Amino acid sequence: MTRDLSKLDRQLINRLQDDLPLVSNPFETIGDDLGLSEQEIVDKVRQLRDDGFLTRFGPFFDAEALGGAFCLCAMSVPENRFEDVLTKVNAHAEVAHNYERDHKLNMWFVLATESRGDIMRTAKEIEHDTGLEVLLFPKKREFFVGFRVNA
Amino acid sequence: MTLDTKDRAIIEATQAGLPLVPQPFAVVAETLDMSENELLARLKSLKAQGIIRRIGAAPNHYRLGMTANGMSVWDIDDKVVDELGEQVGSLSFVTHCYRRPRALPMWRYNLFAMVHGDGREEVLIKRDRIADLLGDACRASDILFSTRILKKTGMRLSGQKG
Repeated sequence: MTRDLSKLDRQLINRLQDDLPLVSNPFETIGDDLGLSEQEIVDKVRQLRDDGFLTRFGPFFDAEALGGAFCLCAMSVPENRFEDVLTKVNAHAEVAHNYERDHKLNMWFVLATESRGDIMRTAKEIEHDTGLEVLLFPKKREFFVGFRVNA
Repeated sequence: MTLDTKDRAIIEATQAGLPLVPQPFAVVAETLDMSENELLARLKSLKAQGIIRRIGAAPNHYRLGMTANGMSVWDIDDKVVDELGEQVGSLSFVTHCYRRPRALPMWRYNLFAMVHGDGREEVLIKRDRIADLLGDACRASDILFSTRILKKTGMRLSGQKG
C-alpha cells in the first residue's frame, strides 16, 4: 500500500525521532510545535505506524545495558550453496538480522544472545552446521549518531 | 547498573512500543499496578543509566523511500580511528558508526559507517563525504550494499530473566 506523505507527515516523522519528554502528555509539545491538537498528533502517529512508515514508537533500549550480548558476523557463502546455508543460519534463533551484501563476504548477520559466551557457542554451531568460517566483528566502540532519517 | 523486578516489568511492558494514546505512561502504569509518577521516575532513572537511549519512533527506511543501504568500511590508523570515528558518527546521514576489529588477511577495515539513501548514487555521494572527512588517514575503503534482507526480527528481552 502506498500513499504520499504530506509535508506535515514528514515534519512529524522527523520530530518523532527526537527524544520525547518523560511527562504525562508527551505528544502535547509536538502538537504545539506543529499546530495540531494532541489527539490529532496521536491519530497521525497511529496512522503512520499502521501504514508502515514507522515501525515502532516507544523507548529505545540499549540492548547491551540490559545484559545481552551482540556481535556482527560475516560469512563468505558460495553462490550455489547460498539458500541452503541461509536456511541453516537463520534456523538459529540467536540470528536477529541477516543481510545479503555484494561482497566476497556476502552474508552479514547479527547474533543476539543472553551472554557473551553464547556468541562464541552459536558461531561455532553455525560453522559446524555449514562447514564455513564465521568471522566475528564485535564492536570495540560505538560512536554517537543522531540516529535520524530525514523523511 | 541494577535492574529490579519492577524495572524488568517496565522494559517488558514497553519494548514492543507504547500505546498510542494522549497519556501513554498512565496506561502502562495501570497495567503494571504502579502510579504514573513512579513509572515516569523509573523511566527517567533508566534513561540516566543509559539503559533507555531515547523515547521516540523508529522510521521504516524502506517505506520512506530509503531503499539503498550501504555499509561503508574504512581502514584507518588505530591511533586516530577513535577521533575520526566520532566525526564520522556526527555526520547527519550516518545511522550507525562502530569501530570493529580487523580480520586479516581477509578483512582490513576497522571503521564501519552505515549510510542509507534513495538509491545507490545518493549513498555513494554520502560515502564520498565521509572519504573527504577522513582524508589521508584512510588507507583503503569499500562499500557493501545490501541486496536482500534475509532475516529481521526485533530484539526482545526474554521474559524468563529477573
